[in-house]
Order: sequence, then structure tokens, then C-alpha cells
Amino acid sequence: MANPTFVALRTIWIKEITRFMRIWVQTLVPPAITMTLYFVIFGNLIGSRIGEMNGFSYMEFIVPGLIMMAVITNSYANVSSSFFSAKFQRNVEELLVAPVPNWVIIAGYVGGGVARALLIGIIVTSVSMLFVDLSIYNPLAIALTLLLTATLFSCAGLINAVYAKTFDDISIVPTFVLTPLTYLGGVFYSLSLLPPFWQAVSKANPIVYMVDGFRFGFLGHADVSFSVSMALLLGFNVLLFGIAWTLINRGVGIRS
Amino acid sequence: MNALEISGLQKTYAGGTQALKGIDLNVRQGDFFALLGPNGAGKSTTIGIIASLVNKSAGTVLVDGHSVDTDLVRAKASIGLVPQEFNFNQFETLLQIVVNQAGYYGVPRHIAKQRAEKYLKQLDLWEKRDSAARTLSGGMKRRLMIARALMHEPKILILDEPTAGVDIEIRRSMWEFLKKINEQGITIILTTHYLEEAEMLCRNIAIIDKGQIVENTSMKSLLAKLNMETFILDLAPTDNTPTLAGFTCRLLDNHTLEVDVAKQDGLNPVFSQLSEQGIQVLSMRNKANRLEELFMTLLQNGRKPEVSHG
Repeated sequence: MANPTFVALRTIWIKEITRFMRIWVQTLVPPAITMTLYFVIFGNLIGSRIGEMNGFSYMEFIVPGLIMMAVITNSYANVSSSFFSAKFQRNVEELLVAPVPNWVIIAGYVGGGVARALLIGIIVTSVSMLFVDLSIYNPLAIALTLLLTATLFSCAGLINAVYAKTFDDISIVPTFVLTPLTYLGGVFYSLSLLPPFWQAVSKANPIVYMVDGFRFGFLGHADVSFSVSMALLLGFNVLLFGIAWTLINRGVGIRS
Repeated sequence: MNALEISGLQKTYAGGTQALKGIDLNVRQGDFFALLGPNGAGKSTTIGIIASLVNKSAGTVLVDGHSVDTDLVRAKASIGLVPQEFNFNQFETLLQIVVNQAGYYGVPRHIAKQRAEKYLKQLDLWEKRDSAARTLSGGMKRRLMIARALMHEPKILILDEPTAGVDIEIRRSMWEFLKKINEQGITIILTTHYLEEAEMLCRNIAIIDKGQIVENTSMKSLLAKLNMETFILDLAPTDNTPTLAGFTCRLLDNHTLEVDVAKQDGLNPVFSQLSEQGIQVLSMRNKANRLEELFMTLLQNGRKPEVSHG
């Protein structure tokens, strides 16, 4: 007899994966198009004039960051829109009336976000291979950074959806927080190019560690120690999972 | 053991509204139980607390002997809920909705698919299994929620206004279905605005108003309290103005007479008197549903009724 908790978790995963696959034109195609444009404009057209960055061609340098940008955006968007829609249509009640532990609800939605992020990661990486010969320095570092980043932003998306009251509320954080932090997170430049003061400021941006750790996996070069990046990522994951768990336990936004 | 035991249940919402003021309620296993009350009386809050969608402020709730405070998993597993509002994902297919719901209760997928076929067929939805839920009619959506609630084969089925907005034919077929599953041993707790529905289906009844239970008894004994009924008589055209000694009556127009009749008096004296006056009665009907009359009396009095028009 299958464990009921695992059956429930698997069911949420299936439901979440079915959801983003059903609307693949909205979920899977746009990142591929956006990233192709980045590769063409910043990689080929402008990148060829920039020259090398930390000893790598500009295209090689930005590819890991761009993949990470797609992973961050999609893991966040998947969970925030799915969970908020479930609140909005009230079908979150299907889960709340069932004997599903709260950690399973979180792990289910986060698992859906991670699945979409991984699929997007594969798509964007495949697109990037049309523009550059990708070298892989440490596959484990790539997998670990990808997984921890996807879980972190899936948790963040869930927290956003818990508090959101309108669809506008789930676009505010990506627009005003995530996008600036991503662009300033070293996707397009090396932190070593910045003056010392702005280097220190940049290190307060968590996305710096994700991009840097991910780039280390591809190029073997990092501005910050890889172990420090992973320790911070793990710490942020524990913190955000804890916040999400507390909110769902208290029924914030979902129980009267 | 009771299917449901509620004691001292209170709910005060964040804004200060006291929705439940300490209600006590027991529902026997296998019962078909009606919870009636006007809008805002506290029915949906009560159901929300039983189904753990609403956090209670005080009191205890035992579902099939399991406390929602200390044994929530078993309490939840005992209940199937059919809420008032459509609360499924409108973009999912019927099959996805019911199979996923079973999965949340730990029912393995292959068993869930077998049950989906069983319940969707019983509720006449199998042909629509691959359609998106948003394409269904109102009646189909209601039946879908019943199928979904039965997927984990609960001991207690709670239905909050299950036939709201459903046409008479489908409503009657839903009644037959509910009677059948009740006969199979599932306890049914029903809230409804159709009092005829409660009268036809339910053996026991509680009436809730302003967060308090104002009546909790068997349907039979509740209806027995009603000793006055109002009849409407359609009269053949006549020049005589009907008068009925010993009865309160109102002439609504030239050929419609409304008469209040006490149970002990019977209708014979009415017909005799009209016949003596040369007035022919063409047809006759009850003015309103009997339970509806009683319901209104209870709510107006705010106490247990002494329904007498003697």
C-alpha cells in the first residue's frame, strides 16, 4: 500500500506539471525567445565588441547568468501564479479539506516550480548551444546551484502568493525586486569590474551568489567562493521554507 | 457513536463579527440531517469549521469520534465536502479534478481512476470526463462536486446548498442519488434553502439563526408542531360572498379564497359551509410549504414555537 503522504505529494506534482505543460505557449516558449534575443544582441552583436571577461568570451561569460535568470523568473512565476490562482478560484480548498500535511502542500508547489525551472534550464541551455560551445567544468556544481536556486525562488513565489490579494500583487515583486536584483546580480558583468564600494554592496544581493556559483560550474571561475555561495543559498532556502511553512500553518490568506 | 458532535462552538471573525455563539449539535451515524437557517445565520461557518476551512474561536468538534484539534487527519479523512461555491479549477478536466482529489486523500492513482469512473457514471458525467470543468452547466458542476467529495469514500458527506440553481429534474435525480448513498450507510448533513428538499430527504433537523441553534429535533416532531395550515380554494364564479363561521378566511379576489384550518377541525366543515352557500370549489392547494411556514415562525419568534392560530 502506497504511503498516503507520498501519494498526495506526487498528486500535487502531477497537477502542477500538467498545469504548466497545458499552457506551454505561455510558460515554455517565452523564455526560449527572450534568451535567444539576449544571445543574439548581447552575445553576438555587442559581445563581440566587448571582448573577454575574466578570460572568457563575453558570450561564454553571460550564458550561465542568463540560464540562471530564466530559472529564477520561471520558478518564482510558476508557484506565485499557480498558488494565487488556486486561492482565487478557491480550489486550494481541495487541499485544505484533505488530510495533506502543510509541508506536503509547500513541497508540492515548490516541486512544480522546480520542475518548470529545470525544464526551462534545459531549453535555454539548448538554445545557448546554438550560439556558443559550452564547456562544463563541474556538473555537480551546476546541478546543485540550479536546484537550490529553483527551490529558493519557488518558496519566495509561494510566500508572495500567500499574501497576494490581487493578480497585481504577484507581479509587483518580480517587476520591482527580482528584475533589478537579477540585472545587478552579475549576469552581464564580473563583480571585479566594480569599484570596491559597489562590490561590497553587490554582495548583499543574494542573486550574485547564485549566478556566480552557476558560472563556476560552467567555467570554473567564481568571484565568490563556491562553498560560501552554496552555504548562503542553503541558508536562504531554510529561511524561506520556514516562513512559507509558518504562513501555511497559520492559514494566512487561505483560512478565515 | 455519533457521526458529528459539536459542543460550545464559537467563531468570532477578525472584524469582530460573532458568527457562532456557542452551538451544540449531534448528528447520529447514518442520519440524513438538515441544517437550516437564513443567509448569514452561521451554517457555512459551522461547515467550514467542521471541514477545517475556518479556524474556530472556542468549542470542540468530533468527526466520527476524531477531534479536529487532536486527530485532524482522521477527522478530515471521514468527511467529504460539497461546498456552496464552485471551488474546482475551471481549466482542469473532470477526470483530473476527481482523480487529483482522491490523491490528496492518499488514494493511489489506479484506484482513483476506477472510482472516478464509478462516481462520474453514477452522476451522469462520464461522457464529459475529458471536458474542462468550465464548459459544464451549473447542474453538472454541482454533480461534479458531489463526485469529487465521494472519491475517498468518506463516512460523512456534508453538502452546503447542493441544489442551488439546479433545475427541478436534475434536483430530483440528485435527491435520489443522495437517498441511495444514505441507504448505503453514509451520513449526510445538508444545508439548503429549499425547505421542501429538507422535508423530503431529512430525518432530523437543526435550525440555526444569528449564530445559535433555535431548534434541533426530528423532522417528524417538528412538523407535528405545526397545527395550522393555510389553504387556497379556487371557487366557481358566484354572486355570493363566501363566509366561514369558525374559520379565519380572506377573499383574495372574486374566485380565490384563503382559509386557515386547524388540524383538529379538518376540511369537511369548510366544504359543507361553502356548499350550503351554493359555492362550488373547483380546486384547492396549500398556500406554502409547511416547513417554510414553521421556519419563518421560528425565526420570527427567536424561540421554540407554539404555532397556534386557534
